[in-house]
Amino acid sequence: MITFQIDNHTVQAKAGWTVLETARHYGFEIPTLCHHEAVTPSGACRLCMVELRDGDWSKLVASCIYPVAEGINVHTDTERIRNVRRWILEMLLSECPASKQIQDLAARYGLKQTRFAIENPDEECMLCGLCTRVCEEVVGLAAISTVDRGVHKKVGAPFLRPTEVCVACGCCVTICPTNAMQSRIDAVRRVPATAVTAPTSK
Amino acid sequence: MFNESTAVNLENRRLTSHAQLNELRDHILASRDPDRLEVVVCHGTGCFANGSPKVVEALKSALDEKGVDAKVMPGIKATGCHGFCSRGPLVIVKPHGYFYQKVAPKDAEEIVEQTLIEGKPVERLLYKDPKTGDPILTEEEIPFYNLQERVVLHNIGKIDPTDITDTIAAGGYQALAKAISTMTPEQVVAEIEKSKLRGRGGAGFPTGRKWRSALAAIEKKGRPVYVVVNGDEGDPGAFMDRTIMEGDPHAVLEGLILGAYALGAEHGYLYVRSEYPLAIRHLEIAMAQARELGLLGENILDSGFSFDARINRGAGAFVCGESTALFTSIEGKPGNPRPKYVRSVEEGLWGRPTVLNNVETWANVPLIIDKGADWYTGVGVSHSTGTKVFSLVGKVNNVGLVEVPMGIPLDKIIEEIGGGVPGGQPFKAVQTGGPSGGCIPYSLKDTPVDFDSLTEVGSMMGSGGMIVMDDRDCVVDVGRYFLRFLEEESCGKCIPCRLGLIRMRGILDDFSAGKGTQQDIEDLMSLSQAIQDGALCALGTSAPNPVLTTLRYFKDEYIAHIEAHKCPAGVCKDLITYTIDPDKCTGCRSCARQCPQGCIRGEKKKPHVIDTEQCIRCGICMETCKFDAVYVE
Repeated sequence: MITFQIDNHTVQAKAGWTVLETARHYGFEIPTLCHHEAVTPSGACRLCMVELRDGDWSKLVASCIYPVAEGINVHTDTERIRNVRRWILEMLLSECPASKQIQDLAARYGLKQTRFAIENPDEECMLCGLCTRVCEEVVGLAAISTVDRGVHKKVGAPFLRPTEVCVACGCCVTICPTNAMQSRIDAVRRVPATAVTAPTSK
Repeated sequence: MFNESTAVNLENRRLTSHAQLNELRDHILASRDPDRLEVVVCHGTGCFANGSPKVVEALKSALDEKGVDAKVMPGIKATGCHGFCSRGPLVIVKPHGYFYQKVAPKDAEEIVEQTLIEGKPVERLLYKDPKTGDPILTEEEIPFYNLQERVVLHNIGKIDPTDITDTIAAGGYQALAKAISTMTPEQVVAEIEKSKLRGRGGAGFPTGRKWRSALAAIEKKGRPVYVVVNGDEGDPGAFMDRTIMEGDPHAVLEGLILGAYALGAEHGYLYVRSEYPLAIRHLEIAMAQARELGLLGENILDSGFSFDARINRGAGAFVCGESTALFTSIEGKPGNPRPKYVRSVEEGLWGRPTVLNNVETWANVPLIIDKGADWYTGVGVSHSTGTKVFSLVGKVNNVGLVEVPMGIPLDKIIEEIGGGVPGGQPFKAVQTGGPSGGCIPYSLKDTPVDFDSLTEVGSMMGSGGMIVMDDRDCVVDVGRYFLRFLEEESCGKCIPCRLGLIRMRGILDDFSAGKGTQQDIEDLMSLSQAIQDGALCALGTSAPNPVLTTLRYFKDEYIAHIEAHKCPAGVCKDLITYTIDPDKCTGCRSCARQCPQGCIRGEKKKPHVIDTEQCIRCGICMETCKFDAVYVE
């Protein structure tokens, strides 16, 4: 067992656990959007940042991917962490304004409005990547992935063309924390030609 | 490309010992006439684009035409970049050493007649001292060169990078042969540690310590271990690594082989961005020639040590210069960084222990092994040893590559080597470290240029970009430029970088439109902090640096945008007006003819007036006016 501190409480974790796993095991609250037990963590949303301190030295790390280590001193709610979370949520409020989940989470951190302009009032997707990871890791298909990079990044089938690889299992829709996948699935799934021709071939 | 200088046949010349390498070297040197006439035409990317292949053609046909005396056998060499990029194509005639600049094909005849036949310089092609106007005969006498300490660049421009015999004649592969025949791998690592070499890619991590940690990781996990060259240089305005790869590819290769020997690696990768086709080609040629001689591949120099490498072409993403993104890219996946909580030396390429070093770092390795760590630590300062190559660009008279000992004052690079700002006024600021670095103001001009001093003033060494700015550069605009670059280059995986950078830029856009507020400055600072703390990789965490340093040193300029709605540098279009000074205007009509809006009015020989309503603030009138009558405020 590995022993360390979270918010000045002594905790124990199994080797290979992450800080987030340990914190949740003990009931410490750390918000996440891109994390799900069913898939490997990716450290994309950065809401789960925690602060490591050692004397005067301190550093923020993503708890969902940070491996536990003997004697580390973890803090889950500091000024620096609140600043990161506040800006992420404020930017998400303008980026996916249609998401009730984001609004609720932001409200829990005291944010009701955003200083940034809203460009697409219907947008719900924040590119957490849970859908693409579940498709690849759990379903085993990788029918969807993120396409393009940076501010142009989006979720879809390769080249944003409907694909026969998708079996319409709905895992991506189920795992999506903001319901964004619901409106995207039709753009991903292409009905195989055989399925269309089958009835007429009788 | 032009292999006329290869008097030595390399076929079936596989070398099996250090002694054989020396024999070959002696043979090459003996076959060369030191008084042989040589015309060296720079073929670096800059000179190439300025037409050096045409100059070569013209020189060749002029030589044929003149039927130059049989004893005179000019070997025209294609060389890498000389570093004087603003004055290409460059031509050097040996053995006189006459240095010609801005050579055009039409000059070929004159060069052949005057210099090659009569041995006299062509006056009008010589570089002229910008202060005295006196012509300077040779490269060594030009202040740009004679104040530099060319260690890593020592071969650049002097050897033909496509001909391994040139490299061997210049002492190439001596370090490798020495290490393999007289040093244990452990001794090689110890020598690099002792040299205190620090990574030239940006962060300045001690190379020896990196190698040592890799050995520890190998101890735990076993082999394979990989050695990788990071040649994905992407900072705007930076071209140090490109020049080294183009001009002295064997230096990089020899360094990599030495690293492989030290760590026991059998495979290596050279990750080079696709935008550097000449570098890729020269590296490919170098690798093929090194294999031919038994310096790369199976059983190197008959020592039992085998190592080979391959080139991976990057697909043009800036973020792939980040170590973990580079690995995922080599692995065939999209170049997204992955969390680095387990270090690359332990879990790098294909999850294996990996040593990734920058091009310039690798090129330092053979020098250290050849001349010893004690020699190396004698150059530079104690905490930053050796030299650093910078690409000096922007508002400076001599644009080009500069290699200086670490610790040299910033001012010396700008004023003495770079020849200062055109027009003679002091520089306003220098951006070091590219989009991840910061702006250093003139008041800190004495800052020693080394890793720690630059970090102390809020900037960083970075890979070596050095952009000089004058009072016509607006700090808000500079911040917008770098943020726009990075928001396009962000991989988009983590939210602070993907959304934060574009939002920061939006705030700066407001400033340049005169719509900023005091609250915006505070928001900019705290959003910067959130990105520095929250982003996943170094692209994001360092991205706010240009804005933070300009806020630190040029806050008044930000305030001027907010409160007075003025852009002191005269750059932000919404905040400036162009006006014609009636006392200075001669009514020559030049500006009126050039104005794309046709909004300058006035009778001939009488003062003109700009209609500010219609003016699009392109500044053409100001550039056109010979009487300095147009001013901006």
